[in-house]
Amino acid sequence: MTQHAAYKHARVVYQGHTFDATEQNGQLLLADGRLVAFDQVQWLPPLAPVARPRTVIALGLNYADHAKELAFKEPPKEPLAFVKGEASFIGHQQLTLRPGDVQFMHYECELAVVIGRTARRVKKEDAYDYVRGYTVANDYAIRDYLENWYRPNLRVKNRDTCTPIGPWLIDAAHVHAEYGDPMNLALQTTVNGQVTQSGNTRDMIFDVPTLIAYFSRFMTLNPGDVILTGTPDGVVDCQPGDVIVTEIEGIGALTNTIALAPR
Amino acid sequence: MSTSELPIHGTVYGVLLNAHAEWQSASTLMHEVPYKAPPAAPVLYVKTANTWSEHGSAVPVPADVPAVEIGATLGVVLGMPNTHGEPSHVRGFVLLNDVSLPHSVQAQGFYRPPVKFKNLDGFLGVGPTLLPAADVADANARTLEVRINGSLRQTVDLRQMRRPLAQLLSDVNDFMTLQAGDVLMLGLDICTDGPDAGHRPHARVGDVIEIHAPGHAGLGVMRHTLVAAPALEMPV
Repeated sequence: MTQHAAYKHARVVYQGHTFDATEQNGQLLLADGRLVAFDQVQWLPPLAPVARPRTVIALGLNYADHAKELAFKEPPKEPLAFVKGEASFIGHQQLTLRPGDVQFMHYECELAVVIGRTARRVKKEDAYDYVRGYTVANDYAIRDYLENWYRPNLRVKNRDTCTPIGPWLIDAAHVHAEYGDPMNLALQTTVNGQVTQSGNTRDMIFDVPTLIAYFSRFMTLNPGDVILTGTPDGVVDCQPGDVIVTEIEGIGALTNTIALAPR
Repeated sequence: MSTSELPIHGTVYGVLLNAHAEWQSASTLMHEVPYKAPPAAPVLYVKTANTWSEHGSAVPVPADVPAVEIGATLGVVLGMPNTHGEPSHVRGFVLLNDVSLPHSVQAQGFYRPPVKFKNLDGFLGVGPTLLPAADVADANARTLEVRINGSLRQTVDLRQMRRPLAQLLSDVNDFMTLQAGDVLMLGLDICTDGPDAGHRPHARVGDVIEIHAPGHAGLGVMRHTLVAAPALEMPV
């Protein structure tokens, strides 16, 4: 029997061409009708191209436990956010480069929200209507480079290859039908098969509707824009050769391998 | 707003504290909490696409914002390919106005990323034309004049940048590769005398902002009017 998961969207390169794809029977159904195995393609970020640079907002300290881990003294009054360039994105099953001289580079498993409609001054109660879908991001940080200026500074958070995202963009309608909303999903990271991080999106300090309402108050969010919603407790150093899998219930498991940077 | 005429297409990055004068004025606080040490690498921020205001358009200022900072600078537009930031890969230059809600080192405004200060809709004025790199021997060897309602409020001397273009490109590309089409600002400065001494020029709803580079007609004159927009009334 054919099981076509039309709500799971990928972008892949197959034999030199880029395709939109969905999942069917554990394989990729390309937009031209061909069915190919997962390991026959190169996975791209599951984001359709946009005419102008995509806004990528990332949250820091958005989980109560992670905030505590990083010595937050009192609960934050507003989201701690920074903006990344989308050039730091790479797809599922790619390599992320670790400089040879750093001491502490860690993953951050994050629910990524992809905007589907132009969002301006959106009310919290309407916020889910503006979501196109959800995916998984691994927002690596290299703490050696942390400076207390516009912290976290982009040298820590906006490096080439350091934001794997994917493999699937899951339709918001599917997630909402299946789970009600995305605010009770288990997150987990494994390093070489060992669980090192586990949490739940219910522990976000500012939930998805609050974030959309907050940002769209002063900045218009456009279709294809992305909000990375922060990571829970349990980040550990990753070394060249380590295989990192960041996984969110109902959204996907994003695999990434660390490699030593050439210089 | 129509952006079909904009001479920029990629991600726009700004750099904090690149001017000697602003660095000097912040230096006494650099070792204090929360900063604890002067910044070592370039500190960057992104002006997202929602901020782009084409030349001649109105820049919306929320009613609960008493004044905005005018941040005149030159944006370097990268060509392709860009592997090590060599000047030969610079495609050209464009006038930019990095509008911002005022925030200062003293009020600890430089500690956290400036999204709520710098990424408001319309808060990046973009000049009318791209000046090809071939017409510019040294991007830092020019000045920019900022006029508000016709009166000269600031002269930005781009020679007064701590990292001139070549070094800035090199130090940025050291940790992230600028892509073809990306834009990197050369840096903002503060005023050292007059009504705006110690900060960038402040402007209000109704003001007309003009920025140009004397002697470099190829960059054009960038003009924007600040218009009233509904109050932000931030919900959080």
